[in-house]
Amino acid sequence: MLRFILIRLGQAIPVLLAIYTITFFMVRLSPGSPFSEERKVAAHIIENQKAYYGYDQPVHIQYFTTLFRHLKLDLPPLTSHPGLTSADIISEAFPVSLELAAWAILIALLFGIPAGVLAAARQNTALDYAPMSLAMIGICLPTFVIGPILALVFGIWLQWTSISGWSSVQDRILPSLTLGLFYAAYIARLTRGGMLEILSSDFVRTARAKGASEFRAVVVHALRGGILPVVSFLGPTLAGLITGSFVVETIFQVSGLGRHFVQAAFNQDQSLILSTVLFYATLIMLANLAVDVLQVLLNPRLRLS
Amino acid sequence: MLHRFAAYAFILVLTCLLSACSQNGDTLERDIAAREGILLFGNEGEPPSIDPHLNTSNNGNRIVSALMEGLVVYHPTDDNLPEPGVAKSWSDIDATVWTFSLREDARWSNGDPVTAHDFVYSFQRMLSPKLGAKYAQLLWVLKNAKAFNEGVLEDFSEVGVQALDDYTLEITLEGPTPYFLNLLKHPTWYPVHPPTIEAAGGMSKPDSNWTRENYVSNGPYQLKNWVINKIVSVERNPYYWDAENVSIKEIHFLPIDDISTEDRVFNSGGIHYQNTVPSDMIPLYKKKGDPYLRMEPWIATYYYKINTTEPHLSDKRVRQALFLAINRKALVKRVTKGDQHIALSLTPDGIAGYEPPKQDSFNPNKARALLAEAGYPQGKGFPKLTLLFNSSEQHKQIAEAIQQMWQNVLGIECELQNQEWKTFLETQHNLDYEISRSGWIGDYVFPDTFLTMFRTGDGNNNTGWSNARYDELITRSITEPDAERRLELLHEAESILMDELPIIPLYFYNRIYRIAPEVKGWYPKITDNRNYKYISLEPTEN
Repeated sequence: MLRFILIRLGQAIPVLLAIYTITFFMVRLSPGSPFSEERKVAAHIIENQKAYYGYDQPVHIQYFTTLFRHLKLDLPPLTSHPGLTSADIISEAFPVSLELAAWAILIALLFGIPAGVLAAARQNTALDYAPMSLAMIGICLPTFVIGPILALVFGIWLQWTSISGWSSVQDRILPSLTLGLFYAAYIARLTRGGMLEILSSDFVRTARAKGASEFRAVVVHALRGGILPVVSFLGPTLAGLITGSFVVETIFQVSGLGRHFVQAAFNQDQSLILSTVLFYATLIMLANLAVDVLQVLLNPRLRLS
Repeated sequence: MLHRFAAYAFILVLTCLLSACSQNGDTLERDIAAREGILLFGNEGEPPSIDPHLNTSNNGNRIVSALMEGLVVYHPTDDNLPEPGVAKSWSDIDATVWTFSLREDARWSNGDPVTAHDFVYSFQRMLSPKLGAKYAQLLWVLKNAKAFNEGVLEDFSEVGVQALDDYTLEITLEGPTPYFLNLLKHPTWYPVHPPTIEAAGGMSKPDSNWTRENYVSNGPYQLKNWVINKIVSVERNPYYWDAENVSIKEIHFLPIDDISTEDRVFNSGGIHYQNTVPSDMIPLYKKKGDPYLRMEPWIATYYYKINTTEPHLSDKRVRQALFLAINRKALVKRVTKGDQHIALSLTPDGIAGYEPPKQDSFNPNKARALLAEAGYPQGKGFPKLTLLFNSSEQHKQIAEAIQQMWQNVLGIECELQNQEWKTFLETQHNLDYEISRSGWIGDYVFPDTFLTMFRTGDGNNNTGWSNARYDELITRSITEPDAERRLELLHEAESILMDELPIIPLYFYNRIYRIAPEVKGWYPKITDNRNYKYISLEPTEN
């Protein structure tokens, strides 16, 4: 197992380098300048700024300088926010994104797995059709539709919850639900599929024949194998939740990393773009590795192979 | 059994969620905040900086003007009047040499006195070439400031500012500037605390982080908390010289960058002030007589720039035809919907003593005749135009309306092109467009805040247009000591601009926002700059 983990970590290095290189040149090749302002700035001021941030150097020098600074975790200053570095932004915003993702995953699992299990255990009945239809609606409705609807109903009409910020428990409800319900829909369908396959397998039939109750057959015997597709899905889900929560963060004014990532692109802030891309890429690789390890632990056949 | 398990799981989740919901339905968040003396302020997005010398945004200026105080500050009701700040009085010789007497009880938030030397240091910092302050040009009115800022002059003592003693500051300008007190209100003229700046790396460090670590301010408020993309909160500065007249205890500037979100947050009672109202909601709020909605004139113009270096746009008859073919009344009624006034000049109304020269309004026959005279009868032979705008739903709607008007009236085809903000700015500065959206908000209440930018070679001209007579009039106006004559010169210059039309003014912006009735002392102002000292909160009875 240790060897497997080390190999995977070793493979990550060239991938990260490739991601850095592609991102660096994409940013440099995009039109516009991070130093542009609506009010024309005097040319000598722009020159001074470029020199300070190293933009006056040849591109290959900039490429290596920025790379080494990232390797040393000595992140360059931001052109969009003087006085801040990417480290300031990531250290403040990432815990928020992570917490939002954690709540969303919890909601997704709490709604998705029971709904999927119920649908599989009562296949082709109303208890199958109802949650699966809801799940299909959930998959089709994007977060930028669900979010404002939830805000309107629970925040404005009923005034049960707050609809912006990230300070109190209340603030966390709607963004977590919006993100979580979207993924709950996927998880419900995956769980149903996985459970249907397992429920028809020999060992579950044997358990039933030996007199195991329906609850025991489904939850104790089948569930462990039935949620394997969900476990595989968790890696990309976690990554998607952390990196793709920009829309939800914007709708509910959550001070997470997603908003910075998008704003950095609009501001053409090379340093922040590179730092967040590398940070996200590392995170996604680690999440996928964790899922692979978890799968091996859950599935004895994978361990043998 | 299985049914029960599933049911329990759902009930557990729902109970958790419902129990987490507090019952704040009986009192809005802004009601509670008002009782506690906290103003909840929707402040667009996260400002680039709250350093008065490095910030370039309106949302940053709002925070800076709560934290810092200049010699002269924003008047509570009238933008044409000066309001004493750190300076308690002043005098001038020929509007060129200004002497300010500073109040001796002015203090920084750490208790240090605010002195004339602090202003000299701050002006030097703002003009320091290495700092790279993007709005340093606003200080070029000071004698020799431009040369120092450009690095031509190294000795700052030759720049027109000196401390005669701890509490007397003398400022010498390049020429007579009767409206200088209006210029001084801009935060770029505000002081910073020298020991703090020095401790954070010195006056020339462009990315010093004193604003995060130790924000020492001299205004009515001091920084309490700053979490990026979440909040900038300020609280009363106990050392402020007029602290007893600062009513609001705290202001929470909330960086709500999405205008639909801001609208929802206001509707849910989460903020007292909503900075922007979505254009599609304006007619609804107007129709239902929304008591919170305010629409007030603003010293700002929405216009299109024309690249006059393009052969087919170099003929002023073509530009006049494009101008006259636009039905501005229909545009503001059906597209912008915010009761904006149509613009037939670049300079908006409302500047004391100045009546801008107006071009003709919508005149399709004259427009067609002019285009025919220029060699394009009914638009025949006229190349397809490209109309550039930065990505925004409203800019797109306006461009589509104008595209249709030019097609219908002149037979000119026009394609639309949108670009992201930074790319758009670069394209405009490089003159790599044919017609481009623009807007300008006056920095102060005087026509030259609009007119100087169309001088030949000015960095904000971006039209390729050049007119020697116009340049001469603007230059003469800058050095003209007589205030009335100065306005006449500017009027004549604007008449040339509106005849030559390197730009097509469309409408004058309105400040459209919503504000809760608890907020008192908030008056209509054409610059929309606020002095928070004069604003108070009066909780309403529930």
